Amino acid sequence: MTPAAPNAPDTPNALDALNLRKVYKRGAEEIVAVDDVSLHVKRGEFVSFIGPSGSGKTTLINILGCLDNATSGSLELGGRTVFSADKCLSESDLTRIRRQVFGYIFQKFYLVPTLTVYENVILPFAFFKKPEAEADPMGILKFLGLDKRTNHRPSELSGGEMQRVAIARSLINKPEILLADEPTGNLDTKRSEEIGQILKSLNEKEGLTVLLVTHNPSLARIAGRTISLIDGRIAG
Amino acid sequence: MAKKINIYQVATKNLLRKKTRTALTILGIALSAWVLISLLGFNRGYEAALNKDIDNMGFQVLVTAKGCPYEAATLMLKGGTGLRYMKESILADILKHPEVERLTPQLMAAIFDPNKGESGGINAYLGVEPTTFPAMKSYLKFKQGAWFTDPNALEAVVGYEAAELEQREVGDKLLIPEKNVEIKVVGILARSGTADDGTIFLPLKTVQKIFDKPGLITAAGIKVRKDANMAELENKLYDLPDVQVVSMAQVKSTIMSLVSTAKVMVFSIALIAILIAMLGVINTILMSVLERYQEIGIIKSMGAMPWDVFRMIWTETVILCLLGGATGIGIAFALSKITDYLIRRLLPYTPTGSLIAIDGNLGLITLGVVMGIGLVSGIYPAWRAARVRPLESIRSEGD
Repeated sequence: MTPAAPNAPDTPNALDALNLRKVYKRGAEEIVAVDDVSLHVKRGEFVSFIGPSGSGKTTLINILGCLDNATSGSLELGGRTVFSADKCLSESDLTRIRRQVFGYIFQKFYLVPTLTVYENVILPFAFFKKPEAEADPMGILKFLGLDKRTNHRPSELSGGEMQRVAIARSLINKPEILLADEPTGNLDTKRSEEIGQILKSLNEKEGLTVLLVTHNPSLARIAGRTISLIDGRIAG
Repeated sequence: MAKKINIYQVATKNLLRKKTRTALTILGIALSAWVLISLLGFNRGYEAALNKDIDNMGFQVLVTAKGCPYEAATLMLKGGTGLRYMKESILADILKHPEVERLTPQLMAAIFDPNKGESGGINAYLGVEPTTFPAMKSYLKFKQGAWFTDPNALEAVVGYEAAELEQREVGDKLLIPEKNVEIKVVGILARSGTADDGTIFLPLKTVQKIFDKPGLITAAGIKVRKDANMAELENKLYDLPDVQVVSMAQVKSTIMSLVSTAKVMVFSIALIAILIAMLGVINTILMSVLERYQEIGIIKSMGAMPWDVFRMIWTETVILCLLGGATGIGIAFALSKITDYLIRRLLPYTPTGSLIAIDGNLGLITLGVVMGIGLVSGIYPAWRAARVRPLESIRSEGD
């Protein structure tokens, strides 16, 4: 694995969000999930989002990760505008951004049970081409301690190992930003610490920008910056 | 490790998740393909076998005593026992027509044999003229012996199957029940694949004498000149008193019209089978899509375009149809003899040749039809999968 470029003073931020607002309609009722959130994340920064259920953490990270649209506000990734008051990207453009910029880790692992560990990791390449040597799946698997498990199927792995495979899969396209939404939600304390250390290591050693959503305060503390959300607003 | 992965591998492995469901769907498609190729093969084979039977008659027109046309057709093709008699003198009247190239008289005789089978049965003998009949049936070859030594001889030539059934050899004696006449077998015919295989031939004069039908015949087979007008000849022959003229074209169309009813029924069954298989494919793939709803969402979050997902799901349908179609075609080839037997039991009349004519071309056509249906069936599930939004699939996780 090769480290990302350091955050030089004149290079743009990894992510700039301005006045993000997300409103859901449930019948006549309007629910404000994200309310006027502005956020700047530098390249190589590790930011955790913490807050109670319903505070808007996941909605926010979905908007930041181009998985959802904001009702208003703007988002720039590496200085490129994704959406703003006068610009909105198509679903295809958003897909291309997801390919190039993001790696995603979720609470559930979503591994394909009939594929081996190695095949699950290189699964994105079934849909778009990237030279395998450049992607270095074996290097990633070795980094995550899975190099001896490449031919195993997900059913033969522990929960921690499955999440590590999911992390390996999220890294295969060499993302600029790693989004982790409750990555330890299905794991015990020991495995949660393991995953936390991996994320920290990816950030510190590989220079990867990491955005982490968690309920777990001790996990949130490994990040360089913690953002607390309450009722869709940044509380601190 | 330089292993790569593509959409086709992913699709194949997806089908292996629910092996029983996949196998049952393939079986359903295979059954449809089997019915379809067998039906197409039957469509082709029946007509070819009928044409062969008619060509092997050696004559194109048969004149019999006036009676039911179906009875006459049966008489021509199976040597049946719808017996009415004409005077032998009619042959001279027929020969007067310039369209007639050759003519051969026949006298069919049937008698009950109490020793045949468990409760007795009918023995049939066909009296033929040694000078004209063999020339018209030039395709008949001998396994043993030869034709009669004399037009009045008490001799018989036995068809291949009749000889096998009764275990006769040249030199054996046949006893004609009730008449107490012994006939010597002088020839055993080689298999011809026609109705002649089951016939016992005697000289015409001998049959007339034994069965007390002097100067009578049951039919006259006419070989028509190549450039002759068949319809005109038929009209002229109808001027003869009390005769029924049956041309091969008539026989063919009569039989084909009888069979067409059965064909429509079988086509309907095939259509229903195909529709059921189609619904099976849609159901299997759609269930698979719904079960993998979240997984498909994650695949899209990783950068798969809607078309990529559509292609992956469509590929699964294609694989199912390819395997099902190939299995069904294989079954059809392997069981064509059983299918032939079942159809023979179903139809009122079947020619002697193979009824199911399936070959590689027909296999490819069937596979093409099955694949076409599969591709159409796969459109809806693939479209549903392509529309899955990544966010919707993962929303249940967070707050």
